Amino acid sequence: MSRSPSIAWWRHGLLLLVALVWLFPYLWMGLTSLKPLAEIVVQPAALWPRHPTFAAYREVYDTLPLARYFLNTSLMAFGIAALQLLLALPAGYALAKLRFAGKRWAFGLVVATLLVPVQVRFVPVFALLAKLGLVNTLTGLILPFGVSALGTFLIRQALLNVPDAQIEAARVDGASELYIIYRLLTPLLRPTLVSLFLFSFVSHWNDYFWPLVLTTDDHARTLPLGIALLREQGTGVRWHLVMAGNVILSLPALAVFSLAQRHLLRAVSLRGFGG
Amino acid sequence: MKPSRRSDPWWLLSPTLLLLFVFFVFPLGVLFKDSFYAWDLITPARYVGLANYRALSRSGELWHTFLTTLSLSTLIVIGSMVAGLALALLLDRPGRWIAFLRGAVFSAYVVSWVSVALLFLWMLDADAGIFAHLLRAIGVDSPNFLGDPRCAPWAVAGISIWKITGYALVLFLAGLQDVPPSVLEAAELDGASSRQRFLTVTWPLLRPTTLFVATTSLIASFQLFDVVRVVTQGGPVRSTTVFVYAIYEQLFLDLRVGRASAEAVVFFLVLLALTALNFAVFREKEAV
Repeated sequence: MSRSPSIAWWRHGLLLLVALVWLFPYLWMGLTSLKPLAEIVVQPAALWPRHPTFAAYREVYDTLPLARYFLNTSLMAFGIAALQLLLALPAGYALAKLRFAGKRWAFGLVVATLLVPVQVRFVPVFALLAKLGLVNTLTGLILPFGVSALGTFLIRQALLNVPDAQIEAARVDGASELYIIYRLLTPLLRPTLVSLFLFSFVSHWNDYFWPLVLTTDDHARTLPLGIALLREQGTGVRWHLVMAGNVILSLPALAVFSLAQRHLLRAVSLRGFGG
Repeated sequence: MKPSRRSDPWWLLSPTLLLLFVFFVFPLGVLFKDSFYAWDLITPARYVGLANYRALSRSGELWHTFLTTLSLSTLIVIGSMVAGLALALLLDRPGRWIAFLRGAVFSAYVVSWVSVALLFLWMLDADAGIFAHLLRAIGVDSPNFLGDPRCAPWAVAGISIWKITGYALVLFLAGLQDVPPSVLEAAELDGASSRQRFLTVTWPLLRPTTLFVATTSLIASFQLFDVVRVVTQGGPVRSTTVFVYAIYEQLFLDLRVGRASAEAVVFFLVLLALTALNFAVFREKEAV
């Protein structure tokens, strides 16, 4: 196809603009975090720090229980993603492969819960967990998300493609249902499971809403909450601290992203099909 | 397949069904019930009938929240879809540098709302923010982006568009794969300009994707909260008080469980209506 040079220039200009709009904010975050306070106050718009320093990271590290936040966030995100797969596999298997009375009803319930996001449920769920003494606990952070309706639905869809004969052969060999689900079928679903796990892990690592509702205590707080509090606790003009915290918060998500972009893309298109 | 034992399906489903009952079905029932009570989490709850709903609608709060959410969501959906489609057309070609740019746009969809919100809070700062500086440098008086009720909703929408354009981009790129190159080439041989080719071939074929991205992003945008909580706290003068933030405020700042529940019930019904729309559109997508 022939292209006139003026179109090529247009295209390059647009590409440059896209790069500027979507990459500059990250760069600005990183550069601000390396500035000393004096530079932020005197020349807030200067691009490069004149005396780059990691002092802001030091200060964030000294003022926040970062290790605690990291541990809480990782345990919560891992716990949710793992529990979701663990429960969705047998449920998806029953819904895809077994014939029983009440199946349509059970499947309908799973699909119906897709319509009730946590933002609708949080008032009574919070009251319930408060009654059970689960406010400020890891259990309270994980349990309400233990079932992923979408995950169950997608695993069911994937299992529909597995031929019955394969399962019947395993049964003849004396395999139990749990062996069939976790040992025989899980490897076949690997790509779907990896995408679901990573997507769930990253979205709960990033979650702000539920930890905000459920935790009031530093022992139970998660990283997004702690970093957002950094701003609320009157940092004033000390933006270098907020940006240092922000680098600490976003770097793990960006790292997972760069290592597993393919899986996350797949998860987004899977969600697309999930409706 | 016949289960080996009749009880098999039920115990395989039992953990899932149990959690669904405890955290979905039961809370939804409690939500409806609580919306007819006045309760502050401390003193005993008192039955008040429809008073919560009446108070919400009479004060105009419900209507205001609905309109704020609707207009913000509309802005976000249109903005992110126009940007996503434009970027998909621009970036649908091979090359490492292009792939890197696709990744950069999509990465904003993957990092947390808190990160994005804090980043823009700093860039939009009225005194020291880079936007204010750039505007002053070219001699324009910088508006107070987040402090002026006329600007703040636009700022929140802009931040959200930056964040979720990657979602539209990914789905539009997938949609473009379904446009057969042979048809585009035939159109070019027939002398169609690139604009005509887009309007007569590509755009009609992208219609199902477009409808799908529109409805799913609309439902997601109605649940906006993080960016509002971090950047504007619903202000200035409630210009960015969206549904979830209003419910959150009723519960945790005003300790009004009944009011919060009533507002959540209305929010739920709005989401149901949007989902019905989504299903109608989805059926159409299947049919195309």
